[in-house]
Parts: sequence; C-alpha cells; structure tokens
Amino acid sequence: MIQVVLPAHLRKLAGVDGDVKLEIEGPVTLRSVLDTLEYHYPMLRGTIRDHVTKQRRPFLRFFACQEDLSHQSPDTPLPEAVASGTEPFLIIGAIAGG
Amino acid sequence: MSKVRVLVGTRKGAFILTADGKRDNWDVSGPFFTGWEIYHLKGSPADPNRLYASQSSGWFGQVIQRSSDGGKTWETPGGGVQQGPGPMPAGESNKFVYDTSAEHGKPLTTHQWYDGTQHPWEFKRVWHLEPSFNDPDTVYAGVEDAALFRSSDGAHSWQELPGLRGHGTGPKWQPGAGGMCLHTIILDRNNPQRIYIAISAAGAFRSDDGGQSWKPINRGLKSQYIPDPNAEVGHCVHHIAMHQSRPGLLYMQKHWDVMRSDNAGDLWTEVSGNLPTDFGFVIDVHAHDPETIYVVPIKSDSEHFPMDGKLRVYRSRTGGNDWKPLTKGLPQSNCYVNVLRDAMAVDSLDSCGVYFGTTGGQVYASPDAGDTWAPIVRDLPPVLSVEVQTLQ
Repeated sequence: MIQVVLPAHLRKLAGVDGDVKLEIEGPVTLRSVLDTLEYHYPMLRGTIRDHVTKQRRPFLRFFACQEDLSHQSPDTPLPEAVASGTEPFLIIGAIAGG
Repeated sequence: MSKVRVLVGTRKGAFILTADGKRDNWDVSGPFFTGWEIYHLKGSPADPNRLYASQSSGWFGQVIQRSSDGGKTWETPGGGVQQGPGPMPAGESNKFVYDTSAEHGKPLTTHQWYDGTQHPWEFKRVWHLEPSFNDPDTVYAGVEDAALFRSSDGAHSWQELPGLRGHGTGPKWQPGAGGMCLHTIILDRNNPQRIYIAISAAGAFRSDDGGQSWKPINRGLKSQYIPDPNAEVGHCVHHIAMHQSRPGLLYMQKHWDVMRSDNAGDLWTEVSGNLPTDFGFVIDVHAHDPETIYVVPIKSDSEHFPMDGKLRVYRSRTGGNDWKPLTKGLPQSNCYVNVLRDAMAVDSLDSCGVYFGTTGGQVYASPDAGDTWAPIVRDLPPVLSVEVQTLQ
C-alpha cells in the first residue's frame, strides 16, 4: 500500500483524517499515484494538477525520502521505499504565507 | 413565521447566520470550508435549500460546493469518494475550461496586462455564482480571468458562454487590483433572455439572447485612468444592482462615480450628487422601492477605508443625487475597514433588512431599511461576500 500525505486543506476536502493508503497496480510513478488518488477521491481532481494539462499546480510540491520529486517526469518510478509503503509520498503546499 | 438566512463568504471559510423575522437574535453556524477563501455563496430562488459556494485557494485552485439542505451539509457535485472499481468518476465540478472550439469562433486568448502588453487568459477562481430563478440545477459563474460559465446539472459540469469573451474587445480588457474578474451577474426574472454582467476592468455588458451574444453597455461612463475616458470598454465597474420590478433600471458603483441607467444600460448618468466621496465597491437596492439605494463611500482608490474613520452607509430615496448618511449603530471613530463589492444584500421582509460585511470581520444588519444598525458578528475573517435569503 502506498501512503500519501495530503496537506490539511486537501484532507478536509477529501474528508480524510490521516494518511491516504492506495493500492496501485503496475509501476508506482507520480502519474499512477495521482491517477489512483483522483480515482478514489474525485473531489481532488484539479486541486493538485490541472484538469487538462495534468501539470502540477505551481504552489504544490512532491517530496519522498527527503527528495524533491516535483520536477521529475510523471512516469519516472518513485523510490522503492515509497512503492513498498515504508516511506510516504508527500504532497506539500509551498510555504508562502496565507 | 418568516426567517432570514445570511450567507457570508470570508477569507478563511463560510458562515451562515439565521434569525426569525424580528432579526434581533442570531444563530451563527460555521465556519464551513475552513482555511479556504469563499468568494461567494448564494441560494437558489427556485429552491432555497439549494446553495452554491465558490471555494478557492491560491495553492489548490477552485472547488465548487453545493448544499441541498440549506447549508447543513455540503458536497462537491460528482466528487464523492469512490470505494470500488468502476469507470473514472467525473469530479469535474471545478473544471472551468475556456471554450476555444472552432465552431465558436476561437474566442480571444489574450487580454491587456497591467503594463499594456497582451497576456493569455488564465483561469484563477470563481468570483460570483448566480442561480437561475426557475431551475435549482442551473447556475451561472463569473470567473477570473473574466468569462461567464453556466451549469445546467447542479454544478457537476460547466460550459463557457463564449460569446462574451469572443465579443471582440477582449484585447482591451485589463485586470483591476483584484484581478480581471467577472464579478456581477444579474438575471431578469421577467425576461430569461436578458443577462447583465460586469467585469473589472472592462465594464458592463448585456445579452438579450440568453448569453449567446453580448454588447458593451458603457456609454456615459467616464474614467480618467484610461487613455480614452469615454472608451467603449476598459472601465473599472465595481458592482451593479437592479430591482426585479424595474428591470431596465440599473445602478452602478464604478471605481469612482455612482451611476444610473434607465434604459438597461444603453446610457448612464452620474448620480453621485452630495456623496462625500463617490469611490466605493457596493451598491444595492431596497427590496420594495426601486428608487431607494445604498452605497458605502470609501475614501479613495489608494485609501480603501471610510472617510474620517466613520463607517457610514449612504441612502438615497430618489434614485441617486440626494444622499443621506446612516450612522446609528455604526462606528463613528477609528474605523478603517472596507466593504467589498459583493458584501451587501437586502432581505424582502415588510420592513426591508439591509446587511453588509467588512474586511474587519463584522457583519452589520439593519432591520429598518438602514435607520439603525447592529453587528450580528464582529470578529469573522475578512468578509468577501454577503447574500440574504428570506424564507417563509
């Protein structure tokens, strides 16, 4: 199971209290994680990546295993520790006040 | 007995204030959607329990919320949790995509930027939601960058009315300080084909064919801050109000100037009269008298607070020009709040109630058409919008 940590605003929107756990078939990539997340939580569509272009929203970043994965190709495999569920995949809102 | 429900959008969530017809004892519920900006929420005239809310964030974009029980519970239309296998759920209630199809003439894709260069249209948020008079599932959305969208399935999906953005003047539209927003939508209860909208800073437009085609209605406006003060478009209209019993009579609070049109916007005349300053954002009309109107004068475009630290609503009973300050119950010293463009509304009880919210987090109510005021709440986040439902 993949663990996904959402920022507080999106946890409220999705109605979840803690981490989201996702079962993913096939390669574990940014794209497959976000596709699966949006499948189970369709209210999140458009809030993490654009509806049409699928580009990451500019004030969001993706971290895992102390690495910034925001700019890597959506089809690059995520670290094994994420795929095995020992490390979470973090969706982080940029720190910009508010 | 009649009841009043006040819908308040703020920088950090929504609140619903309710009272009976006396309007002296208020119940406050919320915050809803905490941490999100709620630019606007509004109830359907066809079903008062159907509410729509625009929830947005600079980080996470736009979300549309809908309630079918008067605001007790909310949902993102079509966006419920998907437990088992199945096709990809729609989850498109927040999908606002500009229409660039060839059959609609490839509407313009650039507008004027602050520095006069051309800039691509980019969707940012929904400023205003206007439910239909007849169908609770039909609702219009005014968005930034300026365009008009409509949903006819209860906000599950949205389609642009591209005739407005494709009107041909788009390259002359430019953003105001708050962005290039379509902030006002007025439907005509007696003429479903007629729609008015206003854009900051493009001006006012009218459609007489249900939103397919549009004409600018800015003749008579004078704006010294654009190269041609009498231009067809480019005016920073802040808000427009109309009484449904006099559908051709419009009132406008422009950046500077309070204006009036008696012919559905074909020609405007200034009615600022004896106002101490005619800069401001809100304007609204008494529920039972189309010639009684309200504004909140703000000192200037660089000093967004009341003059002399005195919060005064001005009322005209003559459709403008002759204004009287209303101060009883409002702070008359050291008050430096603003009242934003969608933050005033009226109820339709026999004694018309008037309501407005401030950037200081107060929502004031007057149960006697403005003669006296009292705060319903004092310490909300900055108020972005106020709407009122009169419930039987």
